[in-house]
Amino acid sequence: MDHFEVRVNGELRELLVHPHRTLLEVLREDLGLTGTKHGCELGECGACTVLVDGIPQLSCLTLPAQVSGREVTTIEGVADGGNLHALQESFGALNAAQCGYCTPGMIVTAAALLDREPDPSLDQIRHALGGNMCRCTGYLKILEAVQQAATRVAPS
Amino acid sequence: MTADVTPYKWVGTRSIRPDGLEKVTGRARFGADYHLPGMLVGVVLRSPHAHATIRSIDTSAALEVPGVKAVITRDDFPEITSEEAMSGESVVDYRDLSRNIMARDKVLYIGHPVAAIAATTRRAAEEGARAIAVDYEVHPHVLTVDEAMAPDAPILHHDLITNDPEAETRGPSNVGKRHFFDRGNVRAAFDESDVVIEREFKIRPVHQGYIEPHAVVADTDEDGRSVVWCSSQGHFLVRTLTATVLKWEPSRLKVVPAEIGGGFGGKTTIYLEPLAIILSARAGRPVKLVMSRQEVFQASGPNPGARVRVTIGANSDGTIIGAEAWMAFEAGAFPGSAVGAACQTVFAPYDIPNVGIEGLDVVLNTPKAAAYRAPGAPIAAFAVETVLDEVAEALSLDPIELRYRNAAEEGVASTYGPTFKRIGFKETLEAIRSHAHHAAPLKANQGRGVASGFWFNAGLDSTATVNIHEDGTASLLIGSPDIGGSRASMALMAAEELGIDQERIRPSIVDTDSVGFNDVTGGSRTTFATGMAVVEACRDVVATARQRAATLWAVDVEEVEWQGGRAQHLSGSKPPLTLTEIARSAAKTGGPIAATAALTARGVGVAFSTQICDVEVDPETGHVKILRYTIAQDAGRAIHPSYVEGQMQGGVAQGIGWALNEEYVYDETGRMENSSFLDYRMPVASDLPMIDTVIVEVPNPGHPYGVRGVGEVGIVPTTAAIANAIYDATGIRMRELPMSAVRVHSAIERRSDDGTRTPVG
Repeated sequence: MDHFEVRVNGELRELLVHPHRTLLEVLREDLGLTGTKHGCELGECGACTVLVDGIPQLSCLTLPAQVSGREVTTIEGVADGGNLHALQESFGALNAAQCGYCTPGMIVTAAALLDREPDPSLDQIRHALGGNMCRCTGYLKILEAVQQAATRVAPS
Repeated sequence: MTADVTPYKWVGTRSIRPDGLEKVTGRARFGADYHLPGMLVGVVLRSPHAHATIRSIDTSAALEVPGVKAVITRDDFPEITSEEAMSGESVVDYRDLSRNIMARDKVLYIGHPVAAIAATTRRAAEEGARAIAVDYEVHPHVLTVDEAMAPDAPILHHDLITNDPEAETRGPSNVGKRHFFDRGNVRAAFDESDVVIEREFKIRPVHQGYIEPHAVVADTDEDGRSVVWCSSQGHFLVRTLTATVLKWEPSRLKVVPAEIGGGFGGKTTIYLEPLAIILSARAGRPVKLVMSRQEVFQASGPNPGARVRVTIGANSDGTIIGAEAWMAFEAGAFPGSAVGAACQTVFAPYDIPNVGIEGLDVVLNTPKAAAYRAPGAPIAAFAVETVLDEVAEALSLDPIELRYRNAAEEGVASTYGPTFKRIGFKETLEAIRSHAHHAAPLKANQGRGVASGFWFNAGLDSTATVNIHEDGTASLLIGSPDIGGSRASMALMAAEELGIDQERIRPSIVDTDSVGFNDVTGGSRTTFATGMAVVEACRDVVATARQRAATLWAVDVEEVEWQGGRAQHLSGSKPPLTLTEIARSAAKTGGPIAATAALTARGVGVAFSTQICDVEVDPETGHVKILRYTIAQDAGRAIHPSYVEGQMQGGVAQGIGWALNEEYVYDETGRMENSSFLDYRMPVASDLPMIDTVIVEVPNPGHPYGVRGVGEVGIVPTTAAIANAIYDATGIRMRELPMSAVRVHSAIERRSDDGTRTPVG
């Protein structure tokens, strides 16, 4: 077992884990952060997306050593205390979740996009979310939710 | 058409779903999110052979692996006798179900379970699986309906004899059942027709593609009772099926519904639950089993592949006078594909006097097929709706006009039996014909196609309980898993009935001990049927509330009416009483206010959809880009329009994947070569156009709010609409799915070779 220190959703967490386990497994099984989802274990569906130092990363392809000393943000950490992130508000208001399984990965990926590009075009949103699969919605309401959140976070 | 004004305050609004917060914060708990103290991790050992007899299984070495706590095989399950039963909308044979969950004498596909192991870690369980020695006697296998029906084909089940009253021979066969239906004289009709077109089609298997893999946690106690947490389209169905294959009384099982991460029909059966229960019993600890994506592809779903032949004869005025279909479906390792539903739906949208339909259910060495969104109907529609496009062209008729002239309407005897009540097929055709999309200009290499589809929708059994709390809020106890927003539609109907704000209503999806029986969330039935139970229970609550007000006022209940969430005295001499006031004083007027409605939902309203699609085909590569897509669908009444649109868009999105990319590819050994999302390519955000929706509302007279059911019909016409658009763009008829760039490109090449417009397929 190896020892790592990682900041997860703003808190310093000490991990004693087998180095071959994935960040997805460690988040879900050791830290109880089950909002991050398993869909394919091969980095193909985007359901396990988390932010590492603000950049979307597939936690099923990430080893604990790769996040040692870094900042990991999961869906449980995107809200500001009791205040929902603008994306959480808009995904709820526009009914952008159908089954909701891909929603955490969508929201964290879109949050990174809005941090980088507060006023993205529809094509930029499509491409940013191109690695996040949704099988329920046809993506339309998801794209609308990201656009609506963008109008809230963008400086006017 | 869409009603602009409704008499409703809540029904038809776009409220935020009651479980919206859980879904956007990561708090919603899906199948794999449950974690119990002392829980073990299970893995399933699966067959590496497509067809083999299991001579022996030696688990002794596995039990020696450190951390391994239990190993189970066929010896841990009872022999189940063959018995067909209704399971939700489908027929299930319990013996086949049991043998699909754990192989007995034979393995029938690569991925078929032969043992399961529970251990303290996944790694230990995997090591245990590797230590199991299985001795196989390998047999030749069959992977297509043609191979399976060949005279010298290897037989999968030696006791499978075709269920066919007209059969001359009665030997074992790979054809499980022959469905047939005749009306009038179709051959004579073809002789009289001005145009007769006959075409053949090939459809590959596709997967439902839910992002959440199958997952279960089971905790079996020493008294032989088990609590099961799992994601499914029906936890009562999970209880029934699991109890049957274990030969348990259903009451020994409590099934707790997790949130479900997509199902599309694929979660209306069981795979892991009996394994987890028996592993937990052997180990004396809770056990979790979660499929990998490869296991999901290799051992769950898929939708059957098929070979289809369709012939349509019409007069020069566009009247269809005869139609014939022959369909052979790949049921997979056990009989029971959706070919029966395909036979019933194939010509259902049209009023045709002479019809001949034959369907074959064929077993082969691939995973047992499961339901997928309007099971069977999209395969049939791909063939019929592209042949109709050819008929329209041959008669120089607009394809919408051809459909309109033959469209079924109220009073028409459907080709599958019942006479249609009020239906909205023609309204969907009108909606597309009058849509701006229909008249928009196209450029070079672009084309436009239309197609229509039908689905029955289901009624079945539902129970719902309404509890009124002392603060005047209501909880709804529901036993139908919410797969796409049905909590919201339940809350809206309840708000309308009770006359209170929908935010004061909390719907919960509760376990099998906490509410009466409910059939699956399938057949587009939940808002229709479970909604009907909610409405009935709310009406019962209102009757009670009126009685309580009458008691408080010391008047006759006939003098009390319910309006706007208040009891009103008809003569107006008493100040109105709100539900909150009545609830607060319930202890003094007769006790708690609650009601349960348990019903078999009658009055199902069938659904139709018409769709129009623009594509651009790259002549260099064969790549098909969807430029624009519009779907019109009769919802009866859209209780929550956002989720109705979501179902329509979702159905089309899956249809686009099926049309252009998705397929199972097997190597010659029967191994699926593309069992990952990288190689099994489902549409992502950048692949899809905006999908315009037109909700048509022709209320279903059989439902208190006119609901028909909206989940499935949206996928039915999509592949044909795209095929017809590709023809319009290129002059090439695609008759094989998927219409991948490779297939379209080779069709273009073949045409340039001989310089003609050769149909392909």
